[in-house]
Amino acid sequence: MSDIAIRITGLANHFGSHAVHQGLDLEVRRGEILGVVGGSGTGKSVLMRSIIGLQQPSEGRIEVLGHEIGAERAPGDVDIRSRWGVLFQGGALFSTLTVAENVEVPIKEFYPDMAVELRHEIARYKVTLTGLPDEAGAKYPSELSGGMKKRAGLARALALDPELLFLDEPTAGLDPIGAAAFDDLTRELHETLGLTVFMITHDLDTLHAICDRVAVLAEKRVIAVGTIPELLATDHPWIHEYFGGPRGRMAAVSYGEALDTPALTKA
Amino acid sequence: MPATCDFSLATDADGATTLALTGALTIATVGGLDHAMRRAAPAFVQLDVAGVQEWDTAGAWLAWRLARDAGAALVGGNAQAERLIATVKQCSGEAPMAPPVPSLVDRVFGATGAAVLSQAHQSLVILSFFGAMVSALGGVLRHPGRIRWIALVRQMQLVGIDSLPIVGLMSFLVGVVIAQQGAVQLQQFGAEIYTVNLTGRISLRELGVLMTAIMVAGRSGSAFAAQIGTMKLTEEIDAMRTIGVSPMEALILPRVMAAVFMMPLLGIYSALVAIVGGATISAFTLGIPFFNFLSRVQEVVPLIDLWVGAIKGPVFGLIVAMTGCYQGMQVAGSSEEVGLRTTQAVVQAIFAVIVLDAFFAVFFSMVGWI
Repeated sequence: MSDIAIRITGLANHFGSHAVHQGLDLEVRRGEILGVVGGSGTGKSVLMRSIIGLQQPSEGRIEVLGHEIGAERAPGDVDIRSRWGVLFQGGALFSTLTVAENVEVPIKEFYPDMAVELRHEIARYKVTLTGLPDEAGAKYPSELSGGMKKRAGLARALALDPELLFLDEPTAGLDPIGAAAFDDLTRELHETLGLTVFMITHDLDTLHAICDRVAVLAEKRVIAVGTIPELLATDHPWIHEYFGGPRGRMAAVSYGEALDTPALTKA
Repeated sequence: MPATCDFSLATDADGATTLALTGALTIATVGGLDHAMRRAAPAFVQLDVAGVQEWDTAGAWLAWRLARDAGAALVGGNAQAERLIATVKQCSGEAPMAPPVPSLVDRVFGATGAAVLSQAHQSLVILSFFGAMVSALGGVLRHPGRIRWIALVRQMQLVGIDSLPIVGLMSFLVGVVIAQQGAVQLQQFGAEIYTVNLTGRISLRELGVLMTAIMVAGRSGSAFAAQIGTMKLTEEIDAMRTIGVSPMEALILPRVMAAVFMMPLLGIYSALVAIVGGATISAFTLGIPFFNFLSRVQEVVPLIDLWVGAIKGPVFGLIVAMTGCYQGMQVAGSSEEVGLRTTQAVVQAIFAVIVLDAFFAVFFSMVGWI
């Protein structure tokens, strides 16, 4: 098995005459937590949608766990969709199903022969694994708070024990305590289950706390990938503004990172 | 990569049975193993998982659950297995995973009672909605500067102009059917010339406005409910209120007024197209020339029929638009509700229109407008 989980080469996405991506290359290593940052409208979500096959790219090649997205599946090959989990921004829970039923949907889809009791058991431990109380399984999404919805969405994303987890702004809309708890949960699951995590986020605390590497989207491509100190060693103004702004400095200080770059010491 | 999970039972010299699992213990294989264990239901005192090469949480869960249920010791797990088992072990719980199902008595009588109470409550809410609308109408009539002309004209276009093609097509076909079916029956008495009376009078009095109301309920009433319902979900209505814009004035009055203004026009248009449809089919099948049919309509249809249709139009328009807006404003919670309320808006509007039409029919015949 190659140690690259996602390999994107020459990706281009056009909407009409507007190009969102042009010649975008990115590699996500197996077992890492990769944070993706970028200004509004730089196509972070479009990138994620392209990887998970919801958006047909205009050009380029995307390989996930050794499978090319959009290519015909070889006979006998496991559906790649059973090997990843996706947490959408609002949770995207099916509103007519309870949380436990939401978690069971992918299991039922891919393993219809599994005994109902076992499916219930799996749903139960997934729900509690994501830090929800036991009783939450029987509740409908409309009865949950925003943070609980995200956890329930995560439980559904983890239903099939995926190797790869996509998170779209997991901490957006959560209070600082909830956001920190969600970061811890992501880290813990990443370590326990050996997940590779592809995470779009704007949360500087999350980037500092749990991301192994950060990819920066700008100018229609990935302009830099690396740890935060590595990124700051580049001289791209946007990166310095992003990590060196007041919020970025606060986050860096609280995670005890020594960031002696000109942009920071000047401020 | 092994894609199956096998098990074997072995009994040692002391009579202690060991269940040994080999292969991959993952979500892909636990289903089969679980079935096999349920069928065989073996008794064992030790669960040996040393032969398992691949683990995930589903496998860890099943192994731990099998050991727990049999009261057996779980041995031979590698470091990864130990870690996963430790994780899932903390996650076992007893709370029910399905929402509680109330008893049959509860469901039958409880649901009936709840329906009655909510009906009573709904009547009050409808009444207060109507009151709020009338008072908003009074407000804008006293201060005509507050009428949203652009919104009103836009809604008049959506309700009226944009539905001309579909209402026209429907009415033409209804006219064809009435004339054709009427002629078949009247021919038996040699009275096919009365096809003109039948088509002309029924279109103007009844069908034109009734069919149009049903079409507008389906086209515009549902759109009102869905639009306003979605705006309610996205908090646009709340935003309006905080700015000081009354949603009643900005959203509901233009829609209701547009429907009230356009319905009589659409109804008469529909009746005229139906008459043209009747004239067309009569020209082909009855040999009544097209223009003779039309001039005969002028002779046999009293003007009162036009008024009957025109009076009903605004009332039906009011009912349809009000039901749509009311149901839209009742949306709360989830997107599912939007669909539910939209359906209710259409069903209730059509029902109310038909009931009212029956009342109108009795009323007009009693006052002698026959």
